[in-house]
Amino acid sequence: MEDNEFVQILTPEGQRAAHPEYESSLGRDEVFGLYRDMVIVRRLCNEATSLQRQGQLALWAPLQGQEAAQIGAGRALQAADFAFPSYREHGVAWCRGVTPKEMLRIFRAVSTGGWDPQTYRYSVPTVVLGDQVLHAVGYAMGVQRDGAHEAVMTFFGDGASSQGDVMEAFVWAASFNAPVVFILQNNQWAISEPASLQTRIPLYHRAQGFGFPGVRVDGNDVLAMYEVTRRALDLARDGGGPTLIEAYTYRMGAHTTSDDPTRYRVDAEVEIWKHRDPVERVKALLTHEYRMKRAALDTVTEEAEAVAHQLREDVLAMDSPDPLTMFDHVYATPHPLVERGRREMAEFVASQGR
Amino acid sequence: MSEKIFELPDVGEGLVEAEIVEWKVAVGDVVSLNQPLVDIETAKAVVELPSPYAGVVRACHGEVGDVMTVGSPLFVVEVAGDTADTADTADTDLAPADSASSDDDGSAPARRTPVLVGYGVEQEDTTPARRRPRASREVATPAPVATNTVAPAPVGLAPRSTPPVRLYAKQHGLDIATVTGTGRDGLVTREDVERALTPSTPTAVMGRGGSGAAATSRFVGRDIASWRDGPLEERIPVTGVLRSMSEAMVRSAFTAPHAAVWVRVDATRTVDLLASLASHPALAGVRVSPLTVVAMAMCDGARHYPGINSSFDDEAHEVVVRRRVNLGIAANTPRGLIVPNVKGADQLDLASMAAQLNELVDRARAGTTTPEAMAGTTLTITNVGPFAVDGAVPVLPPGTGAIVAVGRIAKAPWVVDDQVVVRHVVELSMSFDHRQIDGALASQFIAHVGRFLEDPALALLLG
Repeated sequence: MEDNEFVQILTPEGQRAAHPEYESSLGRDEVFGLYRDMVIVRRLCNEATSLQRQGQLALWAPLQGQEAAQIGAGRALQAADFAFPSYREHGVAWCRGVTPKEMLRIFRAVSTGGWDPQTYRYSVPTVVLGDQVLHAVGYAMGVQRDGAHEAVMTFFGDGASSQGDVMEAFVWAASFNAPVVFILQNNQWAISEPASLQTRIPLYHRAQGFGFPGVRVDGNDVLAMYEVTRRALDLARDGGGPTLIEAYTYRMGAHTTSDDPTRYRVDAEVEIWKHRDPVERVKALLTHEYRMKRAALDTVTEEAEAVAHQLREDVLAMDSPDPLTMFDHVYATPHPLVERGRREMAEFVASQGR
Repeated sequence: MSEKIFELPDVGEGLVEAEIVEWKVAVGDVVSLNQPLVDIETAKAVVELPSPYAGVVRACHGEVGDVMTVGSPLFVVEVAGDTADTADTADTDLAPADSASSDDDGSAPARRTPVLVGYGVEQEDTTPARRRPRASREVATPAPVATNTVAPAPVGLAPRSTPPVRLYAKQHGLDIATVTGTGRDGLVTREDVERALTPSTPTAVMGRGGSGAAATSRFVGRDIASWRDGPLEERIPVTGVLRSMSEAMVRSAFTAPHAAVWVRVDATRTVDLLASLASHPALAGVRVSPLTVVAMAMCDGARHYPGINSSFDDEAHEVVVRRRVNLGIAANTPRGLIVPNVKGADQLDLASMAAQLNELVDRARAGTTTPEAMAGTTLTITNVGPFAVDGAVPVLPPGTGAIVAVGRIAKAPWVVDDQVVVRHVVELSMSFDHRQIDGALASQFIAHVGRFLEDPALALLLG
């Protein structure tokens, strides 16, 4: 990369790289665990895309290319920490224990969320760009007031980095020294707009203007993502305040299933990033440094197939909810406007004779 | 073995069609689950469609370049698998079970095809859940009840209507299948339902299997017997209101040469203004309607084009221009048509105009209109909108220069800034006495009234 401060400790070829500040703390089994996570989320993402093409999901936002950024950050979280995703963080959801079935419910439009955030200490997908960043900072300020030894993490992209919400969140996080880690997955494309149009400086430099540290990481290096994120979370838990981590990565696929990336970017660019694949470099490390056999690696592929198979079964078996349940969780307490909406919806449903 | 039909899904949030770009397989090819079969191009993207079934391709619908409608069959795969599988598993329906309407062949499943190495086929506990909605749909058609002679029509054959109208009909215990739609392409409108609910209307008579045929109806200010019960020929004396109406119409029609102009107007701002005024304290107890605004507009038009407020004096060989509007309102009363007028209507503000019009109509309906209230009309409004028609060619009350018919205000497509948008549209049609009023003046006047309705707030401000 063009930037000297780019943290990379595992090269695209699967070689260890020295970095003055960071080195991997993980052993063979842990690295294999990260590999397993990445293979599985990539496979379930493929299955979800197929299901969408087959008319079983309304929409899907693929994560291919961003597995390391998400798994590295997601596995750095501790159980008591809390994370706020956007809509592409299926890898983080996986790390938090959200089941693939639960992940797809919102995309099949049978749920407005998909799971209980408290169960997994992980919020539901936020489609409104940048909103979740404010939620995270607010939550982090609550953690501060509780005196809890917890950190908060939130995810957004290069496109959302231009949102006012994100700027406000940075201001509040800095002002209150909130225990929050901002993970900016710069996947180079805000739908069809290149990151170069979002900013004239590296995005992580923006943190400096708000008064907290920013660091750019090779977002396709799961080991670097894990170490940088872990340190930032430790800092937050220990009262050191916020950190902005720019995971420099690439969206290999479409923005969503409604998007056609071939309309706005050239194949040559995709080819370059194929050589930086986040999964292949870990596979190379496991094979060459840890001498793992092909058969051992294949068990992960088979497990991923089983996860995908189960996911398909689960999605096809999903029942549609009672339409009136959409009003259940708009507010914690009854609200006259929502109740009116519920009544009118009930009348409408009744008028359909169903 | 069974054949599964794959219907083109909406792959992009609200798309209705897609063009076939490339078939990646041919009939007879063996395909696996999720194997790309065809590339399609939607308005948003070129996408690959992976097969939801493993098996043998039996049909590919559409050639490269064909535009396929979402929901139409795209390909057929004969699924591999043993008989038990195909009989029990129904979880490959392409639409969610509760909305499946066409994908109803009932059998078929590729799900069991072991595409995985080393993993058993999953429990089939999903099957009952998938089948349940279909089963309930099959038994959902009740035996027709006595009051409902029309069995529920299959989807697609049921009369087309809108949800609020269906709800309205349901709330009034009316089976909408019995209502004849008069809207575009047979759409059942709210007015159709209202007519069906009014016992005296022909629609309701037909819709209720003859049970309402005994009802009487109003004609020339009296109740007359129904089609079934009345004599073959009935003679009614011409007296009272009927007599004066008939004489006036004849006098007018055979003395004043009628000509007509009309204009369609976007009355959305009028509708919005009235909605915002509805709760204003200054108008408490006064019903301000679009008709009130038309009345204001006509008075304003008369101020701009005094010639419209004129009459032709045959005997004196003079045209009389009046600089005071006595605004007649044609009222359909139980006793017949009468036209009382608001004296000096051009002097009134909106609230006074509304109050006076309301009072005139109330009196007319109560039968207490005085002869004085009907004398000296100079301009007239007739409101044909409640009869669900768009326009009319009204006959002038004798001694007046113009009469404006106000059609129903209905939502309609309208072009605003080169975009088709939904607006409240009303037609104003005007008959005028062509002896003294020419087409140019009539057109200028009606156009003025139309502009007033298009921006009533501005017109009322500028007076």
